[in-house]
This record gives sequence, structure tokens and C-alpha cells, in this order.
Amino acid sequence: MAQAQTSFDPMRIVDNGGDAQDKALSRQVVCFRVGAESYGVDIRLVREIRAWSPTTNLPNTPDYVRGVINIRGSIVPILDVRARFGQGQTEANKAHVVIVVAIGARLVGLLVDAVSDIVAVNESEVKAVPDVSGAAAHECLEGIVTINEQMVALVAAERIALPVALN
Amino acid sequence: MDEIAQLRQTYFQECDEVLSEFEAHLMALDEGRGNAETLRAAFRAIHSIKGGASAFGYRRLVNFAHALETLLDKLRNGSATLTADTISLLLRAADIVADLVRAAQSGGELIEKHEGAVLDALVLRADAGALAVAPDAAPTVASVNLTPAPAGKYHYRIAFNPRSDLFQRGIEPQLMIAELRQTGSLAVTADAGAVPTIEAFDPKRNYLSWAFELETATPSETVAETLSFVADDDELAILNLDRAVGNGVPQNPATEATKATEDSNGDTAAGSARPSADIAPRPLAGSGDDALGIAPVVSSIRVDLHKLDTLVNLVGELVISQAMLNEQLSLVPTDKFPGLIRGVQELSQHARNLQESVMSMRAQPVKLVFARLPRLVREVAAETGKRIRLLMIGEDTEIDKTVIEHLHDPLTHMIRNAIDHGIETPEERATMGKPPEGLIRVSASHIGGKIVIQLADDGRGINRQKVLARAIEKGIVTRDQQLNDEQIDNLIFAPGLSTATTVSNISGRGVGMDIVRRNIQRLGGRITIRSTPGIESIFYLSLPLTLAVLDGMVVRVGGETYVVPLSNMVETLRPQPGQVRTLVGGGDVLSLRGEYVPMVYLHRKFAVSQANTDISKALVMLVETDASMRIGLVVDEIVGQQQVVIKSLESNYDAIHGIGGATILGNGRVALIVDVSMLLTGGISPDSPLVSNAA
Repeated sequence: MAQAQTSFDPMRIVDNGGDAQDKALSRQVVCFRVGAESYGVDIRLVREIRAWSPTTNLPNTPDYVRGVINIRGSIVPILDVRARFGQGQTEANKAHVVIVVAIGARLVGLLVDAVSDIVAVNESEVKAVPDVSGAAAHECLEGIVTINEQMVALVAAERIALPVALN
Repeated sequence: MDEIAQLRQTYFQECDEVLSEFEAHLMALDEGRGNAETLRAAFRAIHSIKGGASAFGYRRLVNFAHALETLLDKLRNGSATLTADTISLLLRAADIVADLVRAAQSGGELIEKHEGAVLDALVLRADAGALAVAPDAAPTVASVNLTPAPAGKYHYRIAFNPRSDLFQRGIEPQLMIAELRQTGSLAVTADAGAVPTIEAFDPKRNYLSWAFELETATPSETVAETLSFVADDDELAILNLDRAVGNGVPQNPATEATKATEDSNGDTAAGSARPSADIAPRPLAGSGDDALGIAPVVSSIRVDLHKLDTLVNLVGELVISQAMLNEQLSLVPTDKFPGLIRGVQELSQHARNLQESVMSMRAQPVKLVFARLPRLVREVAAETGKRIRLLMIGEDTEIDKTVIEHLHDPLTHMIRNAIDHGIETPEERATMGKPPEGLIRVSASHIGGKIVIQLADDGRGINRQKVLARAIEKGIVTRDQQLNDEQIDNLIFAPGLSTATTVSNISGRGVGMDIVRRNIQRLGGRITIRSTPGIESIFYLSLPLTLAVLDGMVVRVGGETYVVPLSNMVETLRPQPGQVRTLVGGGDVLSLRGEYVPMVYLHRKFAVSQANTDISKALVMLVETDASMRIGLVVDEIVGQQQVVIKSLESNYDAIHGIGGATILGNGRVALIVDVSMLLTGGISPDSPLVSNAA
């Protein structure tokens, strides 16, 4: 995880993406873990990956809104992905990671357990999310891919942050 | 943004300014403060709008502005008379111009007949101008000599030595000559001496210069204006031959390039071929008489507001970093690093100065809002049949631009209210022994780091019995509540309260004053009213100098830190046993000097864990909401007083009830700013049963 953090360089990744032959059909995905599950988020939305730092609580907000932090002068809300998926709040410490994504004009931080990898995903490999009704995460996913024989659920960042993105 | 779009944007910005100047000139004329120069300035204003409009191809605007300009021209040279009627017509025309400008700006299209009636009236008035005889009753502005120059011919020698890029600038000298020819008899001599041989000839370059001899009835400045659209002033020299031979025709020379220094009253009317420069505000004061109190022109540049805001934000960051540095420095032993400490102290001084300078860049004189008031007063007075004199004081007081922008609506509302409700009809006033003309006084001043705007009328004041009865009827207060006069007066800001017996066009729907209050609160300001029945009512508006920083009290509740705006604070106290009573229904009140103040426990309101729940150890901050309502805000501890930079929570999240914004403290952590006025209204659970009655 720590390596993933330090070696992450969006410029380098984006450059590689530009060299890919079928750029239209493939995209770069930042993979992260919450518990035992692997998820991925489109790299084009990712602005920054940083270690967890204590937040300032926002009163009277849902449990997955962990509060706000100061990112270079901007007040950025942090959403707990685990809590968003209905699995209880993350006991966050310095080992946890915040992925800052841009949703429209807004910046939102996603609290996850770790960032594992950045992979290219072919659009044709993306499978529809099976309709497991009742699964809390279901509404936030846009597809599922298998990478190295491991299932990675692609999250739709704007849907994770739906309550924020709505406005 | 491409260049044309940028020019266009500049043009529209300037249209706004020019139009408000235009209205100010008309109002000055209306009040008899104007003179011939005022009228000329009004003409120039419309002329600039027309010029830009024609450059950008806004046909409708050009046509209308042209009709308006024609009438103004007739007024200016004395072939039409300025009556009160004409001024009304001109004011209406100004509105139409504003509509057309807006339509052009938004790309929308107004309905076809929008300007029809006013356009016809303008043309009619201009045509009839010479014949119009001002009726005795109509107040003419006859005392003003509108014809500065005796009728007759002027002789000019105009030297036009354009630079070689004349064609690149899109200028066709032939059109210019044609236009000059329309003004009188013209003799043209072209100097082709600079034309090179055919080998060296570049068809894109201009090699010619011209000399014109013009005999015309038009004063020199009009000639200069005609030319200003095509030529930069360094290319043009206008010599008045009449003066040269010493017959003493008064003139307002425009661009005597060689004589510019001689004429201290010179009106630099000539602009350049670029429309943006052409319509830039010009010096309006003529021959030393500054009728409108318009200050001499200071050289300035236009900066995109976004850029300025970015600068303000950056300086905000700097101030926060500075605070962090200071906090760290307090850990360093003073004697070990004297240089470091001195350096940081200097840095902090510079940062503060920088911040002040940047903030002052956003400041603008309240004149920008005040300038629209005379017209408003005039209209409302006419609608209500009342006679009003408006007195404005401190128009040069500067406030943050955003505050200025949001000040117009509340002020409009308050003035309408003052005229409609406050000031009596001339007959009523006569029976009360007051002068028939009501007085409205609007003043702005800096008081203790705030801007205070007072709006006073010498009308009938607030009818307290009526207000109280109405408030009880509407359930805003209960019958047994003891209110002093001031509290009753301020009930007019409560939603749903209007004491006007009839709902008029102007006011009386009971939505006015609470919206005024809300608007002022949104700007971080406060509004109160003080009234003396039968004598006067005075609104006091206090507004922050800037919206970017706030003086706050940093408080701790459990593990959280909040900032309470200092402007809301009255006092802090540790409640004595027995001072806090619980009412039936669960809410607590604080008994304070015979009053009962509802208490809000911040840790309950904001669901903070690990907060102190023992009231005997808690600290109560007595705060005042914008509704002049007092609340005892219960916190754990006061950390200190600090100036904080206000950050928007809404840029990345949504508004949270009871939170007015956020700031970054010296340790880099975010602290939320409490919106005291919202604590009692709505929210999750009201802490006090008084809420519904008292808010």
C-alpha cells in the first residue's frame, strides 16, 4: 500500500494511457481495497491520493460523511466508503488512504483501506453488475472486471458521493 | 476567451457604468443641479453606448440610442427645451437602453414593440423640440444656459496624420470624410508625399495624410467625437481658426494635440478606434464646476473579478500559514533565535498589510448603489403623491463589492417602505406642522471596523400599538410577552407582518422587511430600526467591511472546535446554580437580570460526543441573533479570540443548518463557523419551547 502511494504519479500514468493503441476502448483504473473487497475508480476523476488525517466533524450528517479536511485551503468533505456500503464506519488511522476525486466542480475525498494498483481495463472486459438486490454497494457500482483472477468492482464515484453530487 | 468576446464583455461592463452615470446626470438636471456640461455628459454617455453597439452590430440598440442621442443633441444645442416631462421620457429611454443592452448581452431578443412607444415619443419630442414651449407650471431648467456658444459658424483646420496601420485597424478614411462633410462645408487636401515608388509600395500600409478645412455650426467637441471613432488622438489635431484669430468663441477643445497642455478644462473626448477604449468613463466635469461631485479621474486598470478573488484567497492562505508559523514559533525559546523571531514578526506585519491592501481592492464606493436612489425616490413619490427630498451623505464610503451588489435590493425596499408607510401626504404633514416635503436621509460611514448605513425618514414613525396587535394576531408574539419599545419596533422584521391597511403596489405585502433582514444577514450584517412616533424612523444597517474575514471567538465543545462570530456576542458567563431552569417540555432557560433567555446546548445541537454535560461547569455565551433575539449558547470552553478567513463549505459540500462556513485554524485543522441566527430556527430539535413564539 505504502509503495502504491509513493509510486503514484498521475502524469506518468496518463502519459502511458496516451500511448495505448486503443485508447478509446481502455481506461486506467485506480484499484483500492475496503476490507477484503477490491474496487476501482476511473483515474480521470482522481486528483490526489493522500494518507488519512483527522477530520472536523460535520454536525447532523449521515454516518458515512466523516467530516471535512483542509486540502491546500479548500474545505473537502471525506466520505467513508465502507460506511457508504453499509458495513459500518472505518476505524481510520494513518495507514488508511483518502482518494480525492473530482465530481463536477466539487472535490470529495473517499476514505478507503488501501490503494493497491493502477491497471488498464479494456472496456469489453467490463461486465454488468449482477442484480443482487438489497446489496448496499450495488447502486454505487458501474461494472465488474476480473484482474489477475481477482474480481474488481468499478465504482461510480459520482454515485458514491450522490448526496454531495446532487447539489 | 477570444479578444472580441473580451472586448464585448468590457463594453457591457461599461454600458452599466455609463448608464448609471447617464441617470445621475438626468437626476441632476431634474433637481436643477445640472448645467450645460451635465447635458453634454449625458449626450456623451449615450453616444458611447451607440458607438460600441454599432461596432458590435447591435442594430436595435444603435437605432434606439440614435433617436435618444438626437433628442439629447437638440436639447444640448438649445433647439429643444428641457422640461420635467422630457426628463421622465429620457429616464424611460434609459430603461429601454438598459433592456436592449441586456438583451444584446444575453443574446436574447426582446419583443418587437418593446421600445416602440418610447422611440416614437423620442422622435416626436426631437422633431417638436424647436416648437415646444415649456408651460409655466413645468419646471424647466431654464436657469441653465444650454447653449454655450453663440449660433454661427466655426472654422476648424483638422490635421489627420494616421499611422501606417490605419487599414489594419479597419478604418476607411472615406467614411470619415463623408461624415465630416455632413456637418458642414468641407475642403479636403490629401498629402500623398509619403507614397513610395511602386516597388516599395505595400498595399496594406497607409501612406496618406489629410488636412481638412471645415466650416460648421457644430462645436469642436462634436467634431472630435465624430473623429474619435476612427482616429487615436495622437493622429489628430483640431485647430479652431476662430480662436486662432482671436474672436473669443468659447469652446471646449477636445484634441488639440499641440495645445493640450494649455487647456486645463480640456475634455479628452477623443478615444481610439477600439470601442472598449472609446466608451471608457470620461472626465465629466467641465470648466471646473463639479456639479455631480464626480471626483477627478484616477488612472486605473480593469481586472477580472475572478482574478481578484483568487488573489484574495491566496492572501487568505498566506494569513493562515502565517498563523501556523506563529503557533510553531511560540514553542521556540525566544532567546535562542532572535533573528528568526524578528523575521517572522516582520513577515506577519507584511502579511497583514498585504491582506488589507488586497481587501481594499475589492472595495468600492457606496455611490454605486446610492446613485440609483434619487430616481427611485422620484418614482415612488410620484406614485404615492407625496413630496420627498432625498439627502445622501458619505457616498464615497467604500465597501466590499459583493456587499455593494447585494445592497441595492434591501435599500430599494426600505426606501419604498419609508415613502409608502413612513412619510405622510403633504396635507397630513401640514396639519402636523411639518414641512410639506418629506425628508429621506441616507448616509454611509465607517464606524468601528464596520460600515454603518442609516436610512432616516421624518415621517410618522412606527405605530407600535398597531404593530404589536398585528404581531399578536399573527402569532409572532404572545399576548403576555413583555416587550419594550425597541423590541416592538423591530417586530417589523418578523416574517408575515405588515401594518399597511391596504396592500399597495409599493409595499404592504408583509414580505418586505423580513427579506430585507435576511439579505443583510446573509452579508454578515445586522439591521435594526429606531423610531420616534410622529417624528422619524431610522434604520441602522451595519455591514462588515469585507466578506472574506471575520473576527471570531474560538470555542471548544467536546473534541470539536467552533468559531462564533464576535459580532453576535454580547457577554459570557458561568451560570450560578438556580440560574438555569428547565421548562415543562424540556427546554432550558437562563434567568438573567429578570429576563429569560432560551439556552442552546451546542453539543446537543451538533451531536458532539464527549462534551461536558454538567451545566455548572459549562460556559454560557450570550449571543444575539440578527433578529435581536438573545440566546444562551452553552459551550465547554473559550479558546481565544482570532481573526479567521471565511471558507465556503458549500463549494464542496452542502449547506449545513446552523453552520455559516468554515475556516482553517493555525494548526491546519478545519473549524466550523456557527451561524448563531439559525440555531433557534428549524433544525433538528428545538431546545426551547420559546422558539416558536420568539423567533
